[in-house]
Amino acid sequence: MAPDAADDRIPVLKTYKMYVGGAFPRTESGRTYLVSGSDDEPLANACRASRKDLRDAVRVARAAAGGWAGRTAMNRGQILYRVAEVLEGRADQFTAEVAAAEGLRVVDARAVVGRAIDRWVWYAGWTDKIAQVLGSSNPVGAPYFNFTIPEPTGVVGVVAPERSSLLGLVSRLAPVLAGGNVAVVLASETRPLPAISLAEVLATSDVPGGVVNILTGLRTELVSQMASHQDINAIDGWGIPDDLRLAAEQAAAESVKRVARRPRGVSDARFDWLDDRAAERPEWIAAFLEMKTVWHPIGV
Amino acid sequence: MEPTCLALIAGCRGSGATRDGCHNGRVTTEKSLAKSAARTPSPWGFGDGQAIPWEYARAPESRDIVRVKEQYGLFIDGRESASSDKATFGTINPATEEPLAQVAKATTADVDRAVRAAKKAQRRVWGAMPGRERAKYLFRIARIMQERSRELAVLETLDSGKPIKESRDVDIPLAASHFWYYAGWADKLEYAFPGRNAVPLGVAAQIIPWNFPLLMLSWKIAPALAAGNTVVLKPASTTPLTALLFAEICQQAGLPAGVVNIITGPGDIGMALVQHPDIAKVAFTGSTEIGKKIQRAVAGTDKALTLELGGKAANIVFEDAALDQAVEGIVNGIYFNQGEVCCAGSRLLVQESVAEDLIARLKDRLSTLRVGDPMDKNTDVGAINNRSQLDKITELVASGVAEGAEMYQPACDLPERGFFFRPTLFTGVAQSHRIAKEEIFGPVLSVLTFRTPDEAVEKANNTAYGLSAGIWTEKASKVFAMTAALKAGVIWANTFNRFDPTSPFGGYKESGFGREGGMHGLHAYVRLEDR
Repeated sequence: MAPDAADDRIPVLKTYKMYVGGAFPRTESGRTYLVSGSDDEPLANACRASRKDLRDAVRVARAAAGGWAGRTAMNRGQILYRVAEVLEGRADQFTAEVAAAEGLRVVDARAVVGRAIDRWVWYAGWTDKIAQVLGSSNPVGAPYFNFTIPEPTGVVGVVAPERSSLLGLVSRLAPVLAGGNVAVVLASETRPLPAISLAEVLATSDVPGGVVNILTGLRTELVSQMASHQDINAIDGWGIPDDLRLAAEQAAAESVKRVARRPRGVSDARFDWLDDRAAERPEWIAAFLEMKTVWHPIGV
Repeated sequence: MEPTCLALIAGCRGSGATRDGCHNGRVTTEKSLAKSAARTPSPWGFGDGQAIPWEYARAPESRDIVRVKEQYGLFIDGRESASSDKATFGTINPATEEPLAQVAKATTADVDRAVRAAKKAQRRVWGAMPGRERAKYLFRIARIMQERSRELAVLETLDSGKPIKESRDVDIPLAASHFWYYAGWADKLEYAFPGRNAVPLGVAAQIIPWNFPLLMLSWKIAPALAAGNTVVLKPASTTPLTALLFAEICQQAGLPAGVVNIITGPGDIGMALVQHPDIAKVAFTGSTEIGKKIQRAVAGTDKALTLELGGKAANIVFEDAALDQAVEGIVNGIYFNQGEVCCAGSRLLVQESVAEDLIARLKDRLSTLRVGDPMDKNTDVGAINNRSQLDKITELVASGVAEGAEMYQPACDLPERGFFFRPTLFTGVAQSHRIAKEEIFGPVLSVLTFRTPDEAVEKANNTAYGLSAGIWTEKASKVFAMTAALKAGVIWANTFNRFDPTSPFGGYKESGFGREGGMHGLHAYVRLEDR
């Protein structure tokens, strides 16, 4: 990068690392891959996560799961809202990064970032409502108080959308967290940098370490590993490339993993993440919830 | 371990001279309990090895109400038909091993014919029919099932081996009430999914097990039809008869042809059904092993899937529980339906301070269970559904003995013929024992102990399964603390094995996903579109 004309100084370039357990480690493998912008201009070297990195991330995610699920729903909502607050303060940075990653004009990138912030707010508001929408009191034909409540499924592996590096990622990650799950995210392979900057926001937004873990790397190396990992409860398969899908879903069957597929006929490359009606859905929270039914006798 | 334990399983058959029922003397292999003086005396006044001081009269249910046909065909497109190659297989009464009927053995060509009929009916008739009209068909079916309930109950017991008491009072009434409940949803889907249009998925492939044949049929068919889908259902090969009688009920109700199709045959026909390209939705209840195969089979497709699989439920008894009530719940939890229940309370976790007392009461209670002829209205534990399941139970029980757990079985006589197994209880069970880890699907209870609630949670959740759990305590706040900590889809507090059409049922972890029953059960059969 050339010296900045205005103040004639050399800018400090960022090393993009991964985000695991609230820290920013490099991949244990020592491998990186070159990330270029849409104009093929090199942007950075991203970590090429290994299977070991994935296992480590799952382990810290599992350790964080109980604490996150155990917080009150409103507290989770406030923390997710805090993400939006911090993101808002860094909107210019994200606008530049999204523009570079996705080849958008600045005005369009700004709209995308604004929508990503709003999406956090939308899901933050769901945390203490989803149980009322999805839960039920069941009028059974016997003297029992019977109710059904949603609970988080646990550790969710999120294969983030490939094209929409920030808004797509937020749109898939926020519902997972709103439901009380923890996540191991595989960022967009070709556009991973905004995800790592988002990790910096998460790290400073009261989201406990380990609740979100973000890896960068190659899908051919990591998707099937994620699908077969025995301690991942569910996979968000939105970003799984078509040629990896069959093997990933077969691997998921080995532990009866929940798999949230991209809906039939929806293309990752063409999906409009700016369309609130299509991209903000309580069903996406529900996809990572388990329904628990409790029978309690009525009597004196 | 004493070889007598295994001899007990086999040795009882020849001992003759008694009636069915489990009341002549008691044998315990557990020496520690013979010594236990601290326990509460049995309310029946017999402690060690004495016979129950009364006799039971036989109370057989008449089978006259059922006309079991010699031969049953497939039910496709509203008509009964033979399989394409005319092949059949037999179904027997597991309590007597007598043949009941020959049933058509479907081929892949029959699968294709059934799916095509269902697809045509979904597109032309059922999917297009207003919900309130669909509802009336489902109400009709529920009514006819009620009217023919005794016939269904007798046939269910003949074909499955379950006690008539249970098929009459549990299976059939619940099956009818599932149709009743979902009938009312058929024209109210917009209220179940606010802000969305609930669109039927198409043709559902439904595969059900042999433990609750008609009940599982109704859990599958009622919500599918209410939501506007049509179905091809495959009952288990050992229990096809009530499904085929249900086909007759569909005809009687005037249900349009092709809406319900029933094909009978072995497991590979079920897999062919799952893999048929025109199937939009697969619903399976059965073992986790087969469930995984089915999940693999739908991988890479757009088929929706729900799985209701195995379990190894913990039934947790705290020291402040009402113990006699708990004993009844434990018995109901594991000996109901011969323990052939996916959500059976097969692991009893007892707080140490009351373990000795509770186990003594439990053994007393086991001695009064009546094992034998399922058609006897007083029978508590009927026949194991099939020979291979009996072999599996026998093998797992032998492993429990071999691994060092202590076995107790009441010394009852089993009928000379048929597939029977004594109610069995193991104490001194370690978490690593196969009988503590594997689903036995039989009347076998493994007893473990714990000291603190945290330890109970740890042990209860220490399984790949997560279908159900039980909690016994008089303290309601403890119930709900445990409820929150247990990773299971259905939690029974101070009760066990309760079911209701309004109450969602299904598992966590490797016990499957998706719910059956209640509003949540509809979700498995619709696609939500923007309104």
